[in-house]
Amino acid sequence: MDIVVCVKRVPFTQEVDLEIDRSKRFVATESLAHVINDWDSYAVEEAILLKEKLGGEVTAVTVGSEDDEEVLRRALAMGADRAVRIESGGMPMDGTVVAGILASVIRNIPCDLVLTGVQADDDNQAVVGVTLAELLGLSHAAVVRGIEVSGADIVARIELEGGVDEIRRLRLPALLTIQTGINEPRYVSVMGIRKASKKELKVIDVKELGLSQNDLVPPTEIEEIYLPADTGGAEMLKGDPSVVAEAVIDIMRRKGVAL
Amino acid sequence: MDFELSREQKDIQKAAREFAEGEIRDLARECDISESFPPELIKKAGELGFLGVFIPEEYGGAGLGFLEHAIILEEFWRVDPGLGQQICSGTFGCEEFLLFGTEEQKKKYLPPLAAGDAMMGFAITEPDAGSDTASAATSAVETAEGYVVNGSKVMIGNGTVGKYLAVFVLTDGDNPSRSQRHSIFVVETDTPGYEANRLHGKMGLRASDTSSIFFSGVKVPKDAIIGQRGKGFHQLMQFFDRSRAYVASHGVGLAQGAMDLAIKHVKGRVQFGQKIASFQSTQFKIAEMAAKIELARTLTHKACDLLDKGKGDSRITAIAKMNAARTAVEVVDEALQLHGGYGYFNDQDIERFYRAAKVLEIYEGAKEIEKIIIGRHVLGRF
Repeated sequence: MDIVVCVKRVPFTQEVDLEIDRSKRFVATESLAHVINDWDSYAVEEAILLKEKLGGEVTAVTVGSEDDEEVLRRALAMGADRAVRIESGGMPMDGTVVAGILASVIRNIPCDLVLTGVQADDDNQAVVGVTLAELLGLSHAAVVRGIEVSGADIVARIELEGGVDEIRRLRLPALLTIQTGINEPRYVSVMGIRKASKKELKVIDVKELGLSQNDLVPPTEIEEIYLPADTGGAEMLKGDPSVVAEAVIDIMRRKGVAL
Repeated sequence: MDFELSREQKDIQKAAREFAEGEIRDLARECDISESFPPELIKKAGELGFLGVFIPEEYGGAGLGFLEHAIILEEFWRVDPGLGQQICSGTFGCEEFLLFGTEEQKKKYLPPLAAGDAMMGFAITEPDAGSDTASAATSAVETAEGYVVNGSKVMIGNGTVGKYLAVFVLTDGDNPSRSQRHSIFVVETDTPGYEANRLHGKMGLRASDTSSIFFSGVKVPKDAIIGQRGKGFHQLMQFFDRSRAYVASHGVGLAQGAMDLAIKHVKGRVQFGQKIASFQSTQFKIAEMAAKIELARTLTHKACDLLDKGKGDSRITAIAKMNAARTAVEVVDEALQLHGGYGYFNDQDIERFYRAAKVLEIYEGAKEIEKIIIGRHVLGRF
């Protein structure tokens, strides 16, 4: 089974005090470390697990700058066979534009399955995966937390709200957006890193893709980001812990929580 | 001149960081308290190729250099000095095989180290021979079948958990030159007459194994000698010229880890109505830490890089080790200071880092020994 897996490099924001930059349209990321998007790490692992079970090849794809290649090398070190970076030249992009760029490249990569993360740690929009499926004309399932291949079909376990799972059978080729927890992503090994340096990492300039201006201008634009003003509604409980605990339980009861 | 790590080195750094965060962090405090480590952690690190990366590929290593070894050490020590020490010390002394060993010795003893299937140590120090290594009195006497080793060693890493050790012994006590009297042997720890006792009550690095060792008529074959008879002291000095370079990264990692802890603390702790990070006295402390660490890291990388290029420089190596150890001691001191009273309790990681730092100025060449080496290079011999 040949698989394409889409990955994104994102700022590492855990335990970091985020600041809004001067343009007031972005979060300042210059001083932040960057990592592979957590969801994508699971998608890469899932692709490699499927490859190890069924054979075939895994191609990792990202859209971005040379710095972003680090997540491709990581995918290669984990076991992907080749990688493609689409050089975006730093142009403004939203999920729709990224999906369009990815579609124009993945269309030319023969594959049975496309995997993406459910969403990315930075903008959390969850747009690329499903939009890409539409553009490629693939059947798809989102928020997948289990995969089984059965003949020409794939059976996906999909996470719904309220702890309910859905089992869906999809005809291949298909696209799945992968939820965290579906597997346990392996650590990158030194041997993997050494092997990765010998694998193909192709760079395609976005200008070579023949996309129209229409495809490359983001249909959505961030106008402003800001910290919401402090509002009321919070009740500060004070006193002895046992008194506070009683008060919390009382509030929960009043709000209808079954205790 | 290029001060940037290569792509591959950066990827290795990142991989080591992920491993340390994922596998070491949560175990650290408990391993320190119980003075133990889980053996499977060593195996995992071996499977991922983090052990002995400077060992050539033909002997099971990654075929990289001391710089890559130092990069990995820094990342492990940054998360926990004790487990960092235990995980990476299993190859300690294997440089003797690489530099002076026979093909058979290299094939037999190196691959299990890199795979995490075996750990070794280097038994040098004796109760009466610390910095004065040439006074080592543990002896190996030649017999018809081989050699018989008698004597004792103390404060030896991996004495109880190592499968084999390089042992620095007296073979030619009559030689008029103090530097021509010793030899280095490999001793397998299951040989009758070998006894090791784990030392308890160590101030820091408590997760790691440190032992006293007794050799009572330990018989080793003739081919257990590593390198040449009577050249042990010189071989030992050449080992130190290498090991010191990457041991410097113990200090870099510890200091970085201590600063990370301090930063986290000062960003959360509120006094006088504001985060203590907002005080200039705090900012100055952090700035000094960052500057010292940057310097220590740069020197450590330089010493390792020179070695990997075949241009090892004892002076630079001694400077790097002395400076990194001093950096660790100074940084961890201020990092604990920023924690205030909380830093004095072992539910704060900084307490463990603080206890671990001091030994860096003692082992692998006390800072005074480094100064002798540096002084000799700068002034010449007097």
